[in-house]
Amino acid sequence: MATDTPMDAAIATAPRVQSLGDGIREQWDRIRGGEVGALPVLIGIALIVAFFQFKNTKFLSPGNFVDLITQLAGPTIIAMGVVFVLLLGEIDLSAGLISGVGGVAMAEMLLASHGDWTGTWWAGLLGIGLAIIVGLAVGLFQGSFVAYVGVPSFVVTLAGFLTLQGVLLRIIGEGGTVGIQNETIFKAANAYVNHRIAWIVAIAGTVLLVGAMAWRYVGRIRNGLPVGAPVLYFGKAAAIGLAVLGVTWYCNSSDQGLPVSGLIVAGLLISLTFLVERTRFGRHIVAVGGNEEAARRSGIPTKRIKVYCFMIASALAGLGGVILASRLNSVSPDSGGGTLLLEVIAAAVIGGTSLFGGRGRVISALLGSIVIYGVENGIDLLAYDAAYKYIVTGLILLAAVTVDTLSRKRLAKTGR
Amino acid sequence: MTDTPDGLPTLVLRDISKAFGAVQALDSVDFDVDSGEVMALVGDNGAGKSTLIKCLAGIYPIDSGQVLFDGNPVTIHGPRDAGRLGIEIVYQDLALCDNLDVVQNMYLGRELIDRVGRVRDTEMERVAAQTLSGLRVTTIRSIRQKVASLSGGQRQSVAVARAVMWNSRVVILDEPTAALGVAQTRQVLDLVRRLADQGLAVVIVSHNLHDIFEVADRITVLRLGQNAAVFRRSETTQQEVVQSITSGVATKVPGIAETAGSAHGD
Repeated sequence: MATDTPMDAAIATAPRVQSLGDGIREQWDRIRGGEVGALPVLIGIALIVAFFQFKNTKFLSPGNFVDLITQLAGPTIIAMGVVFVLLLGEIDLSAGLISGVGGVAMAEMLLASHGDWTGTWWAGLLGIGLAIIVGLAVGLFQGSFVAYVGVPSFVVTLAGFLTLQGVLLRIIGEGGTVGIQNETIFKAANAYVNHRIAWIVAIAGTVLLVGAMAWRYVGRIRNGLPVGAPVLYFGKAAAIGLAVLGVTWYCNSSDQGLPVSGLIVAGLLISLTFLVERTRFGRHIVAVGGNEEAARRSGIPTKRIKVYCFMIASALAGLGGVILASRLNSVSPDSGGGTLLLEVIAAAVIGGTSLFGGRGRVISALLGSIVIYGVENGIDLLAYDAAYKYIVTGLILLAAVTVDTLSRKRLAKTGR
Repeated sequence: MTDTPDGLPTLVLRDISKAFGAVQALDSVDFDVDSGEVMALVGDNGAGKSTLIKCLAGIYPIDSGQVLFDGNPVTIHGPRDAGRLGIEIVYQDLALCDNLDVVQNMYLGRELIDRVGRVRDTEMERVAAQTLSGLRVTTIRSIRQKVASLSGGQRQSVAVARAVMWNSRVVILDEPTAALGVAQTRQVLDLVRRLADQGLAVVIVSHNLHDIFEVADRITVLRLGQNAAVFRRSETTQQEVVQSITSGVATKVPGIAETAGSAHGD
């Protein structure tokens, strides 16, 4: 298609590196245009940290920092699943209970197994696999109803919520609990990584992340494509690297060390972000959430994409349920109930994933969880009444959805 | 014009019928377009223009009739089949994803990937930039900006560029100038002409006869789901076309020259 015009020549030769001033101006224009990204939640986290640290200097102590990580690991994994469903512009009200059912399936399987198998590592892994498979099955069922039958996801997953609550009660019985006697599963939420291994993983991860970013930058220059201001781009890369190393250092300076569950969250964060932002499948998810009709006309199998997203969401809920069960080392009919569902959806939205579909990142699950569980943790530390947790979290959620709605309006306005 | 071995135009539709329940949207319609020409498809509301192009796109299956591409009979079961043949459609509502950028939209559904399954963003951006500059679409500041922030004419240009990027042979434009101002209409019509000059077969669906008489080589008129007439632009008048659209008189298809001639004879 390309004919040789002067513009072609320009594209092929001159490397166009943005000046720092232009880079800052472009970022500013974006924010004013409604593409606020993670900015509001980062400001929110800074304010929360400052407030609680001012009230009680224990808040930022290494010990409490590590506690916070173990506290938010399970919900964060579930919230990552919710991001996939929100990206489609759908909702999953059953995510909390799927995590409960996943944990219960795992516990019951171990309970039913022979005495000398129950504690083995492979029985533990089988149990974790079962929790994920239960999630996949529920996701397949619910997703198919949404995609192929066309029942609104709100109703399908609300029905799932009720049904699964009944299933839990039926399996365990009211007031009962099932203990888990398995070392591997216990470790998922309660073990800590050896300091040296933590450093090795952190340094390897940093090198890979920063290296990948640098590689992209160089690749764009080589292809004669415009690149952002180096100071901004590599400043961001350096900030990410420092954050990873800083978290590792801080965890290692506590009595416990880096939690295994934190490592699981980090691994999922990187691989799921890759899936959404760097693969064809991920791009199709975003397209379906943005304009389903356009996606369909482009030949994207929109229905199948929807089913896959529900399956991913439910599988992650099952895995999150394993972490939650591991933390208590038992399951009960209350597993996955209570405020968990609302917290994981709120986490994804507070982190910057739009309720209206087509906009969102996997990391928003983590950022939002830091806000919600940071507030919970801080209020517990200050020994305030638990009522404040709900009030504060509710107000933060309202603020987050307001930001989402306003930025959406802003986007539509600058569009013309 | 590069005719196919057996002398047929690039795309030929014969005897196409399509019904939605009791409504006969298309009733034995014939249509053809050759490479290097702009064929206009006109008709009043409900004449069957949209249905015809959606059948070509593979969105609707046809009930009966034959589609010949390069002289070979083909079946189109979905958008992917149409794409594989080199038939591309630019819809009136453009079918762009506002939340994706220009490059992502141009490659939507056909992203390039490498061995490990990563999208090849750099490569896609390079080719997209080349395609846009090849079509002399120069008003877009950055092709990494979201489509939501583009003007109507820019969006139309992106949609057209997306359609022609795929070694396409036939490009169908549905009301490409409907929502545009004078200057932007000019831009798009120039773009349409350029596509035909580059050897594509171009079908333009429009209500605006003024636009059509500016770019089209031939004009097919549909009326109530049936063929009304085919005109050569150089041998007809707007008045004659309007008459054909509204009353469906004029003559039946095959003798194109006759059509114009007999009309003059009236």
